[in-house]
Amino acid sequence: MQRPSLCNDMPAAMPASAPAATSSVDIVNFAFTPAAITIKSGAAVTWTNKDADAHTVAITGAPVSRPLQTGETYVHTFGQPGTYSYICTIHPQMHGTVVVTST
Amino acid sequence: MAEIDRRGFLKCMAWAGTGVAWTVAGGLLSGCELGGASKPSARRTRDLYFVQISDSHIGFRGPANQDVTGTFGAAIDQINALASRPGFVMHTGDLTHTSTAAEFDTVKQMMSTIKAGGTFQVPGEHDAVTGDDQAYLGIFGKSATGSGYYSFDLAGVHFLALVNSVATQGMGHLGQAQLDWIRKDLSGLSSETPIVVFAHVPLFAMYPAWGWSTNDAVQALSMMKRFAAVTCLNGHVHQVMSKVEGNVTFHTARATGFPQPKPGEAPNPGPLTVPSNLLHQAIGIAEARFSARTGHVAVIDDTLP
Repeated sequence: MQRPSLCNDMPAAMPASAPAATSSVDIVNFAFTPAAITIKSGAAVTWTNKDADAHTVAITGAPVSRPLQTGETYVHTFGQPGTYSYICTIHPQMHGTVVVTST
Repeated sequence: MAEIDRRGFLKCMAWAGTGVAWTVAGGLLSGCELGGASKPSARRTRDLYFVQISDSHIGFRGPANQDVTGTFGAAIDQINALASRPGFVMHTGDLTHTSTAAEFDTVKQMMSTIKAGGTFQVPGEHDAVTGDDQAYLGIFGKSATGSGYYSFDLAGVHFLALVNSVATQGMGHLGQAQLDWIRKDLSGLSSETPIVVFAHVPLFAMYPAWGWSTNDAVQALSMMKRFAAVTCLNGHVHQVMSKVEGNVTFHTARATGFPQPKPGEAPNPGPLTVPSNLLHQAIGIAEARFSARTGHVAVIDDTLP
């Protein structure tokens, strides 16, 4: 007797660490949230500083953003597909990743 | 706390507080003034009185302090009203909040109103927010080496002004070039020379989870083991903490800008908002007295009036 396999019918579970499909990142409690995002090539990401302290966005291979005071935003448009890591130059323990996929 | 420091501390405690006590302190400290050729003396050192200020964050906007320029001005007024004129005033960094030319200009102008034998500064990470320290060095680094470090001698005490906040690695970092410079700088000194080290980020592991530590400080401090007394004075943490480790005394100063949470008492470091009528009790200046008799530096932390 063959038992139907329930498992095979279930959609593959998303790994907990899957990058969020969003183009907005909040800076809150000294962390980029979400820390990892995925966007399509040519899309822009907007960072909004919601902390009381100032932060920057320093993406590998790009000029560092101006320092963002509370409530200020920074927008960067990504062209080449790839994985871009970034930090805050004031607090380099803060880091995030943007995965850019081809359109 | 070492016994000698406890004695020094208690003695200093007796000075603090009232105007009358300060008159006495003024008498005690009258030998500390700079200037004038000192007479040849058998003593290698003489008493010295100086003031440390820190973390003014000129340019900061937020509920933690709506007027950081005003509180920096109040700290300067407090220094200028002290019973004794300080030999010098050292600002241990985060002069500005976002390193703009206008912010640096404000700091420079305000520092020039300080009545003291001289003023010095070291940068904090907020003085090179994009990792570029040229704006700071252009104004304040003219006679410094590398990323802005230097040393000077006063009253027989050797002072090092170090930079551990530029090109940080999630916490303070001195770097090999500066470590090499420190080794060279200390090489000609006799082991009896009192050493005072200024840096922005603590040179001890105050709270590494928040970056309140310097990852290569142990290499610098190992070069100072032969000296009888080393005092490390820093800012960055916006609160007072002391620690004694062998021949080294560490002391962190309050900010003139705004307080920060105590280690671990918030999800992260950063500006701490206290009720506005309590702000002056959470920020201030640090008076430091080097005693030629004990060879040690005693620090009195004053909140703003």
